[in-house]
Amino acid sequence: MSWKPVAPLVAAAALFVALPVSAQVEIQWWHSMAGKLGDKVNEIAEKFNASQKDYKVVAVYKGQYDESLTAAIAAYRAGKPPQIVQVFEVGTATMMAAQGAVMPVYKLMADAHEKFDAKDYLPAVTGYYSDTHGNLLSMPFNSSTQVLYLNKDAFKKAGLDPEKPPATWPELFQDADKLKAAGVSCAFTTGWQSWVQLESFSAWHNVPFATEQNGFGGLGTRLEFNGPVQTMHIQNLAEMAKKGTFIYAGRKDEPTGKFQAGECAMETTSSGSYANIKANAKFELGVAPLPYYPSVKGAPQNTIIGGATLWVMTQKDPAVYKGVARFFTFVSSPEIQLDWHKSTGYVPITLAAYELAKKNGLYIERPGFDVAIKELTNKPPTANSKGLRLGNFVQIRNVIDEELEGVWGGQKTAKAALDEAVKRGNELLEKFEKANK
Amino acid sequence: MDKRVHFRSPWLPYALVLPQIAVTLVFFVWPAAETLYYSVLLQDAFASKVQFVWFDNFITLFQDSHYLASFKITALFSAIVAITGLALSLLLAVFADRVLRGSSVYKTLLIWPYAVAPAVAGILWLFMLSPSIGMLTYALRGFGIDWNYYVNPGQAMLLICVAAIWKQISYNFLFFLAGLQAIPSSLIEAAAIDGAGPVRRFWTIVFPLLSPTAFFLLVVNVVYAFFDTFAIVDSTTQGGPGQATQTLVYKIYQDGVQALDLGGSAAQSVVLMVIVIALTVVQFRWVERKVQY
Repeated sequence: MSWKPVAPLVAAAALFVALPVSAQVEIQWWHSMAGKLGDKVNEIAEKFNASQKDYKVVAVYKGQYDESLTAAIAAYRAGKPPQIVQVFEVGTATMMAAQGAVMPVYKLMADAHEKFDAKDYLPAVTGYYSDTHGNLLSMPFNSSTQVLYLNKDAFKKAGLDPEKPPATWPELFQDADKLKAAGVSCAFTTGWQSWVQLESFSAWHNVPFATEQNGFGGLGTRLEFNGPVQTMHIQNLAEMAKKGTFIYAGRKDEPTGKFQAGECAMETTSSGSYANIKANAKFELGVAPLPYYPSVKGAPQNTIIGGATLWVMTQKDPAVYKGVARFFTFVSSPEIQLDWHKSTGYVPITLAAYELAKKNGLYIERPGFDVAIKELTNKPPTANSKGLRLGNFVQIRNVIDEELEGVWGGQKTAKAALDEAVKRGNELLEKFEKANK
Repeated sequence: MDKRVHFRSPWLPYALVLPQIAVTLVFFVWPAAETLYYSVLLQDAFASKVQFVWFDNFITLFQDSHYLASFKITALFSAIVAITGLALSLLLAVFADRVLRGSSVYKTLLIWPYAVAPAVAGILWLFMLSPSIGMLTYALRGFGIDWNYYVNPGQAMLLICVAAIWKQISYNFLFFLAGLQAIPSSLIEAAAIDGAGPVRRFWTIVFPLLSPTAFFLLVVNVVYAFFDTFAIVDSTTQGGPGQATQTLVYKIYQDGVQALDLGGSAAQSVVLMVIVIALTVVQFRWVERKVQY
């Protein structure tokens, strides 16, 4: 068979296909959203691609947060960084210290003449990711905070009022005793212990976690979460662990498995777990704000966020920045944010999206769904509650996890463990300071 | 008389070993050299600020009592994994060697776990023994055992040991079985005629003849426990509770890959490299002398 007559056709076809592709600038977006969240991320990218013709966002799942950060850094060192990488809040100081590797978002938006005002975003969110001059460095994307989840059926079983969740820690201790007396094998558990029981706990009670405004003031920051308020709290939890009303079940989100299964009656963990818990729980679910100690003056203040933001990495060809800026405007539009909020449990990052959610009756339809955002906006953030900016934070969290496990296992007192965690953490901070001088 | 192979072209022998050398250079010598270099540097994750700090990284390491604790944990873990693993697989190999009917079924079943990747092995054990979702956890609770390795250091160690041993038994078994089958049956029969019972035959004939295999496996198992058990730790205990299961190789991963402390983790890698080289030398020097080939 002769293929001669086909050749011009192929060439024409190739030309036809190649034209629009060559005009499109590709934007690589590395992220860590698996499962349902990953589908949603792909959906956002597709919607953006369909909305215009100049740019094509390609969302790539690169493993968990630490893995995608490592991948992006390796790519940067090899001279081929992605355009956008999703980095968790703990990696913020690392990204900020990376001179020349990242393009700050405020500059990106200004250069591209995109309409952008940091005041449109939730202060608790932007505060975490801004420099000392208030310039936003990375684009907020998925932000969550800590909430208290309740198994209302277990509350009823123990003769407690399921509509009256414990508002304070002393109330929670009492409820836990009653739950245990009623035969609940695990009254209380917590996910992300460092984040919930120390980091956000400190903000919620307006006490410092570290010096220099929790690290926002400079690299000379040192830890000080071994203060009396935190020590009292960890000691109280240790007593619960001893009594068997607090069951420790892992450093990350493992405890949610126990709560979902109906074993634990209460859990403090990320508001981002809502969708998952709701889908799996076979009991009536309640959501309440984090408890606080009424004895601490100023509590409750506001909680701090977790989750991740989108960082733009320095590109050889600045033409692509314009596309990234357009994509960011798209991502923070109220419609996209509302949909993201609704389907994941992450908070809406702009005030407009929050208003839209209220207007659509989302919080009437789903009671408790606005607990997270209410906690974040409870009061204007103070130096103690704006967030945390610590170098080597991943290692510091490991240290905290290790020391707290010593407390839950009964090998250490709260005081000894927190003192040791501060000491070991400070060594890591010193090292970071030295490396980034 | 030494045996010499003659090649027609003087380049042919070099060409033949070239692929091997290339692989070694790219996958061993190069990264190892890079590690040595990184271990004397202090740098941020993006390498935007790199300082030469001599041996600061090593000094920091050895002043850190938690790093030193990690040594003890690794030593304990490797000893348990190597000794128990070897003993169990030898026992199984001896049994499998004596089976007359259906022996291939037993052998296949025993070799099976080797086909499982370490990460998958970790997950398998996790499904059985996870404190929150494990099936065996519920069963143990029925017996009044509170299984929660997130809090209990002993249980965490037990879990990773069991998973690591289980994973390696097949490999050991295979070598022991081959070793057993290579022992001439005439020797054993002669001993049997002389009135030696099975236990005595094992210790005076079989075991000494197996010693080269056992020695080889000892080296392999120690290296396995040091390096290849990473995935098991990562998928089950992640080094906890506290630092109860934080082996040296896992700490390198935590500091280097998760926390991006390249200098510190490179220094740890160098230390680990030195340890394994030293261990291997010791094994070849002293243990090998007692081995009868």
